[in-house]
Amino acid sequence: MSERRLVRKEDFKQLSPFLWEIPTTYRSGMRVPVRLFADDRLLEDALDDKSLEQAVNASMLPGLVGHVTVMPDVHQGYGFPIGGVAATRLPHGVISPGAIGYDINCGVRLLASRITLEEAEASMADLASALYRNCPSGVGVKGSIKLSTKELERVCREGAEWALDNGYAQEIDLARTEEGGRILGADPEAVSDRAKQRGQPQLGTLGAGNHFVEVDVVDQVFDSGAASAMGLALGTLALQIHCGSRGFGHQVCTDYVREFQPAAARYKIQLPDRELVCAPLDSPEGKRYLAAMACAANYAFANRQIMAHHARRSFEEALGGRVPDWELHQVYDIAHNMGKIEEHAVGDERVRVCVHRKGATRAFGPGFEGLPDDYRPLGQPVLVPGSMGTASWVLLGTEGSMQQSFGSSCHGAGRTMSRKQAKRTVRGDQLRAELERRGIQIRAGSMPGLAEEAPQAYKDVDAVVEVVARAGIAKKVARLRPVAVIKG
Amino acid sequence: MPAGGFEELEHTADWALRVRGRDLAELLVNAAHGMLELAGVQTSSGAGPERTLELTSHDPESLLVDWLHELLLALELRSVAFKHIRLEVTGDRDLIATFQEVPLISIAKPIKAVTYNELDIVETPQGLTATVVFDV
Repeated sequence: MSERRLVRKEDFKQLSPFLWEIPTTYRSGMRVPVRLFADDRLLEDALDDKSLEQAVNASMLPGLVGHVTVMPDVHQGYGFPIGGVAATRLPHGVISPGAIGYDINCGVRLLASRITLEEAEASMADLASALYRNCPSGVGVKGSIKLSTKELERVCREGAEWALDNGYAQEIDLARTEEGGRILGADPEAVSDRAKQRGQPQLGTLGAGNHFVEVDVVDQVFDSGAASAMGLALGTLALQIHCGSRGFGHQVCTDYVREFQPAAARYKIQLPDRELVCAPLDSPEGKRYLAAMACAANYAFANRQIMAHHARRSFEEALGGRVPDWELHQVYDIAHNMGKIEEHAVGDERVRVCVHRKGATRAFGPGFEGLPDDYRPLGQPVLVPGSMGTASWVLLGTEGSMQQSFGSSCHGAGRTMSRKQAKRTVRGDQLRAELERRGIQIRAGSMPGLAEEAPQAYKDVDAVVEVVARAGIAKKVARLRPVAVIKG
Repeated sequence: MPAGGFEELEHTADWALRVRGRDLAELLVNAAHGMLELAGVQTSSGAGPERTLELTSHDPESLLVDWLHELLLALELRSVAFKHIRLEVTGDRDLIATFQEVPLISIAKPIKAVTYNELDIVETPQGLTATVVFDV
């Protein structure tokens, strides 16, 4: 790996209490500054790995406008940092598959219930087991839905609407999903046969790694009006689903990172890291990737919708007849690995851009037309899962996020310890016992995998949320506390 | 560097391997063994068929990415792993690999993708070395 010196604190200019900037003078080739949302502690954390170096590299993408934004949950990824946002101007700016990620439209869905923790406490072990049984998880796991190529292509085009047509969704689920659960412009012809082969058996599966299903209790409410609109009441259960486009999306990204390698040279694009490889948005390669990415995004929307169906079935199995109302109601579903064509203010100008969000959540403020009527006055819900065993947050997008971060906010806690170190310092079975002592049911397929996701390997999600709230790029609604975690 | 020709490096969110080889063919074989070890691949003792795989890529780094990706696909799509890997590389862009397939029992940890992040095959006095970052 490169031996170049890493970014240091003195390389930043502090713009406000929670906003720091690396100017373009920091390194030759930077087209825009890098701006990091952080307090002192989270800034120090970000300096510990190559995440800011990766943000500097990302600032060299052709066609960027404004600045590369880095969220307080940033950590080192591959090429582009996790927790990074970069906007490129249409039509000639670039799109970079690696700056969106392999797990295209990895995201989070939150469902609320009217079940109180007291009502469900005695059945929590049954509920965790039902979720583990019904939500297929693990490496390369196959689901119960066997898609023909033709049906898979429908999923690519229709996203969550396919799930609605096939009995896995309610109308309101789609209204309360980013983009209504369907990205326009998807073209299955832009997707390789290999991607389709990988996608056919995996719809309706969780996968492994940091993906999870989690039962939470609403622990604190900060905005009672917004929480009420979302159906979140203090002391009631909620459910989060974190997963993405599975092998289908991984293959789409792999195919285009490969295809773009010679394309970048053809367009005379020079970058400091080949994983940032890109092509102009108006080039044939760029257009094809956008069409393929939309297919993977739609696959992911359908996937989380089917997982929600599995979760509803699990609640019915474990709690039906034991509590008065065991229904789960959609709060929202958001992507945190995506490239979106949006219009934003850059200086005095309204500009159409492709916003690359990798490990960052869209956080549009009040009045956004894409929101359902009951959410439009509030702003877009932002779902921020914490690390395993720690809190998660429900936030709202703000006008401040539109002005400062291309309508984006954080996506989670962010890692601070390497996976290798986590495996050295944490034993999966001991971690499970510790979490269960704290009243959290754990169902997991892999103990080493559990150890890598230990809470001590992550930053403090409460501190991350405090920064985005105080910086004005999101607003607190509610805090959730886990009571059951299901992992592959 | 351990005798296997690969070692795991610290990486905050993903996995990284430093790999070496006396030549490109050995580097690719060692990278394959390193990746299978990282993923915790368990195989049965049964012997499967011998297979041949031919690949052509844009350059040596792409050949490394494409080769490892082919192995990941076989793990996922055909539930097979590999033993006795032999590899012939011509012109830095083409390879012919022969290996014995063995039935896969389990994988402890999934690998989503092989990335180009900081990927550069470098000549050293001992041969070649490269760092490969995997998205997990």
